Amino acid sequence: MDVLIFLIPIALLLGALGLVAFLWSLKSGQYDDLEGAKWRILEDDDLPDQKDEQ
Amino acid sequence: MTVHQRDWQSFVTPAKDGAVHMDLAVDGITCAACMGEIERGLKRLPGIKTARVNLTSERLAVDWVEDQTGADEIIAELSRLGYTAHPFDPASQKDRQDKTGKQLLRCLAVAGFAGMNIMLLSVSVWSGNGTDITPETRDFFHWLSALIALPTVAYAGRPFINSAFRALSAGRLNMDVPIVIGVGMAVALSVVQTIQHHHHAYYESAVMLLFFLLIGRYLDHNMRGRTRSFAENIAALKAEVAARINPDGSIREIPLSKVATGDLVLVSGGERVPVDGVVENGISEIDQSLVTGESVLVPVKQGQRVYAGTMNGAGALQVRVEAASGATLLDEVNRLLETASQAKSKYVRIADRAAQLYAPLVHGAAGLTFLGWLLAGLDWQPALVISISVLIITCPCALGLAVPAVQVVVSGQLFKAGILVNSGDAIERLSDVDTILFDKTGTLTLPEPELCQDIDPTDPVIELAGRLALASRHPLSTAFVKSTSALIPLSDVTEVSGSGLEAQIEGKCLRLGSPVFCGARPSDVQKKLSENPGASLLAIQLGEEPVRLLAFKQSLRPDAKSVIDHLKNQGYELEILSGDTNPSVEDCAQALRVDRWQSGMSPSDKIVRLEELKAIGRKVLMVGDGLNDAPALAGAHVSLSPVSAVHLSQAAADAVFLGNNLQPILDALRLSKRARKAIEQNLWISAIYNLVAVPIAVAGFVTPLMAAVAMSASSLAVTGNALRLRLGNKGTNARHQLFTNAQISKSGQ
Repeated sequence: MDVLIFLIPIALLLGALGLVAFLWSLKSGQYDDLEGAKWRILEDDDLPDQKDEQ
Repeated sequence: MTVHQRDWQSFVTPAKDGAVHMDLAVDGITCAACMGEIERGLKRLPGIKTARVNLTSERLAVDWVEDQTGADEIIAELSRLGYTAHPFDPASQKDRQDKTGKQLLRCLAVAGFAGMNIMLLSVSVWSGNGTDITPETRDFFHWLSALIALPTVAYAGRPFINSAFRALSAGRLNMDVPIVIGVGMAVALSVVQTIQHHHHAYYESAVMLLFFLLIGRYLDHNMRGRTRSFAENIAALKAEVAARINPDGSIREIPLSKVATGDLVLVSGGERVPVDGVVENGISEIDQSLVTGESVLVPVKQGQRVYAGTMNGAGALQVRVEAASGATLLDEVNRLLETASQAKSKYVRIADRAAQLYAPLVHGAAGLTFLGWLLAGLDWQPALVISISVLIITCPCALGLAVPAVQVVVSGQLFKAGILVNSGDAIERLSDVDTILFDKTGTLTLPEPELCQDIDPTDPVIELAGRLALASRHPLSTAFVKSTSALIPLSDVTEVSGSGLEAQIEGKCLRLGSPVFCGARPSDVQKKLSENPGASLLAIQLGEEPVRLLAFKQSLRPDAKSVIDHLKNQGYELEILSGDTNPSVEDCAQALRVDRWQSGMSPSDKIVRLEELKAIGRKVLMVGDGLNDAPALAGAHVSLSPVSAVHLSQAAADAVFLGNNLQPILDALRLSKRARKAIEQNLWISAIYNLVAVPIAVAGFVTPLMAAVAMSASSLAVTGNALRLRLGNKGTNARHQLFTNAQISKSGQ
């Protein structure tokens, strides 16, 4: 059972990482427009990268 | 649209790095191509930092450096691309960032990720309990779970804790009270059991419960946010602005919220009066139908009061803005509105009624369980553990989802049918309705007048008069232009403010305007009026030829007759309450075959009638649009208002419907009935679940695994039942079409 000493912190870390990633995506406005996002992937022009403005 | 320059400073808000920000409602964004086109088009302008279209809310957010480009250029560029855009009044757009929505999502995320990790540990314990887990390992896992669960419950439980606290401090019980008690008990019991090295702990139940309930909350919030943002878009497209005359004589359009008492406002011909005030300069006629319900034009001159929402006729008016004071109609309406909305807040929602029944029952059962086990000879501690497990298993997860899940689905369907619901419980109240009161002007009838009789558009005099009418924005001339389909305006038209138009045609004088202005004989006017009771007259005179009189009336909405018939067939009691004068109300009632009608009703008369109906136990749906309806809209059991209504009435109504038809009323009633049924089914599902689960819990057999499975199963059953509503009713996606209709009718005004 000694392996738990490594595994549990790893599991918790991964969980926390997921949470942080989600909170970041929320903060950067990725959930503001769920409708438009699916169309934006189809755009193939050379629009310069949009930074978050929300 | 008026030609005054807008005061853009009132619409922009400062953003970071010295840039400015503006939100616009853009008309005509329908597809992804529009999105790319707008964004790329704007990026070509100098100084634009970001331009981002939000396809969900059909809005555009632009940030730019102020000294490099102006808002005018942005609007011009948009219109060059083929889109009309209207800026939002920053003050009216309260919740741009949608703080509560983000807060709920954060809680949801925390509860979700914590739940996953705790479940990971719990499953190990459950399987370990069946095999050979050492007590030390189990305790370690329980402590780890506690470490995750305690902060999670404190963070993600806040929406419920706050709401329960508010309810309790107001002396009420709502659904969140048993939820908070259940979750709190589950965590507390688990900590005690962890300390005492027990086999079971309920951390995962508590966190999962929060997760499920937060999903319900978020969906509910999202649905309301969507209708709200759509309603805000409509408000922006209606351009609720006022043209303020600055002391230096310049005229600037500013948002209504920036108009202050004492400002001088210019109201051009054919525009809605944006404010309440006193006429300082100018003469005109005012269509007060939205305010008083009367469809007759009222002449106004210097010193007279005009009200927001009324339509100005031909003349330009300078209006001094006044704070409402004294015994004016608006004060009366506001006073009635206040008392009426207080009466309504007494309504208790189904979910809260269920909670009032449910909480004492469950908490009583838990108490009895404790006493029962004590009497049966068990120690107080295990008895307490069993009674708390009763509370945990009955924690109203399904009950908490039962109502919002249905409301989300039905609001979505109502939205598609062109009905924007202001409050979630409006759907519940709509399903109770047995009596419907209609206002006449603007509700049963279209907001604009129409010609009573057919005219011959090829008649040279009519044709000339039609071209002459193009020069005026008076509601009657606009209606006249529509029926003649004139396109080329006459030159050298002189406008006699408040009376009519005049032009010289081949040496003859052509006049179009009030009968007096055109020199019509009073006997002719009387005759015409007796033929068309309640009509407004427009006169045409060419040279020495006899004066022609045209009667205009507000026509019924195209489907009014069939909708009224349907409603009658479905057994609703119908009644017309109008502020208009007798003959036109009677006409309308006869045309629609509504037996009960009353004319000349003041706002307080309408309230009195509502109270009478309430006293005999009727549940009243009020449908109205005018300022004079606002108190009745707020006081009725539930109320609907067309999108053309004045702002105050729309705010007082529970739902707003789009388009020129009354069909949404039928849809709203039908969908609300289905929703009511589904809500009741859901409550039964939760009740049956409890009937099965409670005896098991009372007997002391509940394990955390059972609690987790039962809770998820009941939540899924309730959500599934709500989603079933979607299957039966393939919503016709008529929203865009309706919206377009609303736009057309608006531009026709």
